[in-house]
Amino acid sequence: MSAVATSPSYSQPDSDNFLVNSRGFLSWALTLDHKRIGLMYLVGVMSAFGLAGILALVLRAELMTPTKMFLSNQQYNQVFTLHGAIMVFLFIIPSVPAALGNFLVPIMLGAKDVAFPRLNLCSFYLWVVGAIFFLTAMLATGLDTGWTFYTPYSTTTQGPVVAATLGVFVLGFSSIFTGLNFIVTINTMRPPGMSWFKMPLFLWATYATSIIQVLATPVLGITVLLLAAERVLHIGIFDPAYNGDPVTYQHFFWFYSHPAVYIMILPGMGIISELMSVHSHKSIFGYRFIAYSSIAIALFGFLVWGHHMFTAGMANVTTIIFSALTFSVSIPSAIKVFNWLATMYQGTVKLNTVMLYALSFIFLFTIGGLTGLWLGALSTDRMLHDTYFVVAHFHYVMVGGTLVGFLGGIFHWWPKMTGKMFNETWGKISCLIVFVGFNLTFLPQFVMGSRGMPRRYARYVEDFQELHQMSSVGAFVLGIGLFIALGVLLHSLFRGRKAPPNPWGGATLEWQCASPPPYYNFKTPPRVNEPYDYTPLHFRGDDKGWEYVHPTESDAPRVDEVESKPATN
Amino acid sequence: MSHDSAHDDAHGHGEHDHPPFLAHHFDDPEQQYDAGKFGMWMFLVTEVLFFSGMFCAYALYRSLHPEVWTFASQFLNENLGAFNTVVLLFSSLTMAWGVRCAQLNQRNGLVLCLTLTLACASIFLGVKAVEYTHKWDIGLLPAGSYVPQFIMANQHHEGISPWLIKLSIVPALCVVGFAGWYGWAVAQKRKQAAEIAGPLLITALAYFLGVGVGILFQNAEQAAHAKEKHGTEHVSHEATEEGSEHAEHAEQDSGSPGETGHGETSGELAEGETVGHGEVETVQLVSSPPLKPGATPLTKIDQPGGAGLFFSIYYCMTGVHALHILGGMVVLTWLLVRAVKGHFNEQYFGPVDYVGLYWHLVDLIWIYLFPLLYLIT
Ligand SMILES: [Cu+2]
Repeated sequence: MSAVATSPSYSQPDSDNFLVNSRGFLSWALTLDHKRIGLMYLVGVMSAFGLAGILALVLRAELMTPTKMFLSNQQYNQVFTLHGAIMVFLFIIPSVPAALGNFLVPIMLGAKDVAFPRLNLCSFYLWVVGAIFFLTAMLATGLDTGWTFYTPYSTTTQGPVVAATLGVFVLGFSSIFTGLNFIVTINTMRPPGMSWFKMPLFLWATYATSIIQVLATPVLGITVLLLAAERVLHIGIFDPAYNGDPVTYQHFFWFYSHPAVYIMILPGMGIISELMSVHSHKSIFGYRFIAYSSIAIALFGFLVWGHHMFTAGMANVTTIIFSALTFSVSIPSAIKVFNWLATMYQGTVKLNTVMLYALSFIFLFTIGGLTGLWLGALSTDRMLHDTYFVVAHFHYVMVGGTLVGFLGGIFHWWPKMTGKMFNETWGKISCLIVFVGFNLTFLPQFVMGSRGMPRRYARYVEDFQELHQMSSVGAFVLGIGLFIALGVLLHSLFRGRKAPPNPWGGATLEWQCASPPPYYNFKTPPRVNEPYDYTPLHFRGDDKGWEYVHPTESDAPRVDEVESKPATN
Repeated sequence: MSHDSAHDDAHGHGEHDHPPFLAHHFDDPEQQYDAGKFGMWMFLVTEVLFFSGMFCAYALYRSLHPEVWTFASQFLNENLGAFNTVVLLFSSLTMAWGVRCAQLNQRNGLVLCLTLTLACASIFLGVKAVEYTHKWDIGLLPAGSYVPQFIMANQHHEGISPWLIKLSIVPALCVVGFAGWYGWAVAQKRKQAAEIAGPLLITALAYFLGVGVGILFQNAEQAAHAKEKHGTEHVSHEATEEGSEHAEHAEQDSGSPGETGHGETSGELAEGETVGHGEVETVQLVSSPPLKPGATPLTKIDQPGGAGLFFSIYYCMTGVHALHILGGMVVLTWLLVRAVKGHFNEQYFGPVDYVGLYWHLVDLIWIYLFPLLYLIT
C-alpha cells in the first residue's frame, strides 16, 4: 500500500490466479468463483453458438438453389427451428450477461464475488439442464414450430413441444437468477466511494438488462407452462375449440420476447460504451445520457410488444399506439450511438482488433435499428411482415449488434481473463472477414424481403436465386471469419505473450487487479476513481502496460481508509 | 456461507475476525443481511409476475364470459375455501412470530412456530386434496376433460374418493416414516433428531386433519342438499337416466338448446343457477320456467368451452399456488433443521426472515384467489 503506482500484479506468483489456484475437475464443477462460472458459461454458450451456426450454414447451403438439394420441407422447418431456438435461448440471451457479466460485474465493483455465489452456480447448472432438455427434445423427433411456439400449430403438431417448452422454462429460471444476482450485487456491494454515477457503463447496461430478466422472464415461464398444460391437459386457454384465443398466446409470448430483445442487445451496448472510451483514450461523452438511456430502453421495452402482431388482427387503435411507442424506443438507442461517435471525436483512436469490432458494431447496429423503423411503421409493416426483410433486420441487431459486440468484449477482456495477449494482425483480419461476410449475407436479404420473398420457406421462385446465392456465399465467409477469430483466441492460449494487468489503459477497476485475477480478485482493496478519467494512466511499454499513477496520494481516499477497517495485509 | 474450503489457501485466511455465519465475500453482517433481503424481494417480484400471467388470463376470460364464471364458481365449496383462508392467515401469524423468536434468540419458540406453520400448510393441502378429488369424481375438470354437469347431476359418490386415497399415499408414508424416526430418536435419546422428527410427524398428521375437516364440510354440504331436494327425488332420478342417455349427444351437438332432451335439461339447469349457491348435486332437475330472453342458454355455459375453461384456470391458478405451498414446506423444513441445531440468533436470523417474506406472499396470493374464484355471485 505504500507504492504510488497501483499495480499489484508483479509481486503475485502465477499460482495465485483463479485459473490454476485449485485443480481438478471438481474444483471447476463445484466452484463458487464467479470468474470460473463465467468461463464455464463462455465455453457453454460458444458451443451452443457453434452448433446453431453450423445449422445456419446448412440452411444457407440448402437455399443455394430454388429446388430441393438435400433437405425436405419438413427437415428444413426443423433445422430453422433448431437454429433459431438454440441461438436465442442458449446463446444470445445468456451470452454477454452470463459469460462476460459474471466475470466482470464483481471485479468492476471491486468486490470478491457476486452476492449469491451458490445461486450463481445453480444458474449455470440450470442452463446446462435446460440445454440438455432442449437439445434432446429437439434432436429426438424434430421440432418444427419455429422458436416462437405459436399456437395453434404448437398445440397440434406431433413434435416434442412439451419437452422443449420445459427446457425453455428451466433456461428462463437460469436467466432470472443471473439477473437477480446482478441486481442485488450492484445494489448492495458497490464499494465506498462508488456512487451510482461512478459506475462503469457496462454495469448500468447489466443492471438494466437484469431488470428485464427479472420482470419479463417469469411471464415467459408461465406462458410455456400454460402451453405445456394446453398440450397435456387441453386446458383450452389458447384453443378456439374451447373458446380460447390463440392470439392471447402471442400477447403473452411477446410480452417477454420483445423485452428479451433488449436482454440481448443492452449488454452489447454496455460493452461498446467501455470499448469506445478505452480505445479512444478519451472520457466517455454524455455519461449520464448513456446510463439513463439504458434504463429507458429497459422500461420502454415493456410497452411495445404489440409490434410483432400488427397483422394478427388487433384493433386499429391498438396497433397505432404500439407503433408510436415502438418509435419512441429508437430515441434512447440513437442517443447511445451519437454519444459513442462523440466519444471518438478528438480522441486518440487506436484501430486495433477491439476497436474494429466496436466500430463494426456501431455500423451494423445502426443499420439494424434504422430498418426497424420500417417494421414499426404500420403501412410498411403490412408489406414487410414475415419476409426476409424481417430476417435481415433482426440479424443486423442480433448478430451485427450482439454477436459482434460480444466478440469485441471477448477480445477486450481476453487478456484479463486468460492472462495472454492475442495476435493483433490476425485479430484484425478476422474482424474484416466477419464484417464483409456479414454484410454479404444479410444486405441481399433486405432486397429479397422488400421484393416479397417470405421467410421460413425452403423453396423459392427462380428470380430470387442470385440474391439467395450471394447470401449463402456471405454466410460461409462469415463462418470463416468467426473460425479465424476462434483460432486467434485459442492460439493466444498457447503462444500468446503474457498480458500485463492493464494492456489497454482502462480506468475501470478490473484493470487494477492482476491478469488473470487472483481468487478473490484484489489483494488489496482497489482505489475507486473516475471510471473514464485517463489522465493518471501512463504507458510503461508493452510488457508492463499502463500504470495508474496518482498525482498525490491524498486526493482520493483509499477504500480501506473510508471503511476505517484494518488493512488486510 | 459460500465458503469453499478448496480455496482456503488462495485468499489468505490470516484473519478470522468475522463471525462464522458471515460469508467471505461480504464486508459485514449488515451487508449480508441487506443483500439477502433485497434478493428475496426481487424473487417475490418474479413470483408476482409469474402469477400475473394467469391473473391476466382470468381477467380476460371472465370479462368475455361473465355468465360462465357465475355458473361455474357455484361448484366451488366456499366453506372449504374460507376455512383454508383462515388456516393460511394463521400460518402467516405463526411465521411472523417465528421471525420474532429468531430475532430474540428464542430457539424453542422458533421451533414451535415453524412446526405450527408447517402443520397449517399441511392442513391446507389436505383440504385442497378433498376439494380436488371431489371435483375429479364429478367431472369438473379442465376444458379438455370437462363433463357437462347435467350429465353428472345426482351421481352421488358414496364413501371416500379413490383419487383421494391415491393422493394420500405419500402423506401416509410420511406419517409412518416420521413416526418410526421419532420413535427411534426417542429410544436412542437423540434429542436433536427427535426435535426434528416430532414436528415433521405432526406436519404429516396435519394433512389427515385437513382431509378430515374437508370431508366433514363436504358431507355437511351434501346432507343439506339431500334435505333440500327430498321432495323432488323421483324427478331427478328420471332426469339422470335421461341425461346419461344423451351424454353422447351432448358431445356432438352442444349448444342446440332447441332439441329434445337438451332444451328440457337446460331449462332445469337454469333453475339451478337461480337457486344460486347449490353444489353440483343441488342443480335441481325439476321442470322450471323457460329461460329469460337474451340470456346465454345453459347448454352453452355448461360445456368444455364454458365452465371447462373456468376449471382450466381454476386448476392452473390453485395448482401452481399449491406447488408454491409445497415448495414453502421444503424450505420451512430446512429452517426447522437449522433452528433445532441452533444456527439462528439475534445477529443472524436472515434466512428465517426471507422465508417469512416468501410465505406471506404465498398467503397473499391465496387471499386474492379465494374471492376471485370462490365468491362470485
Ligand atoms: Cu419487438
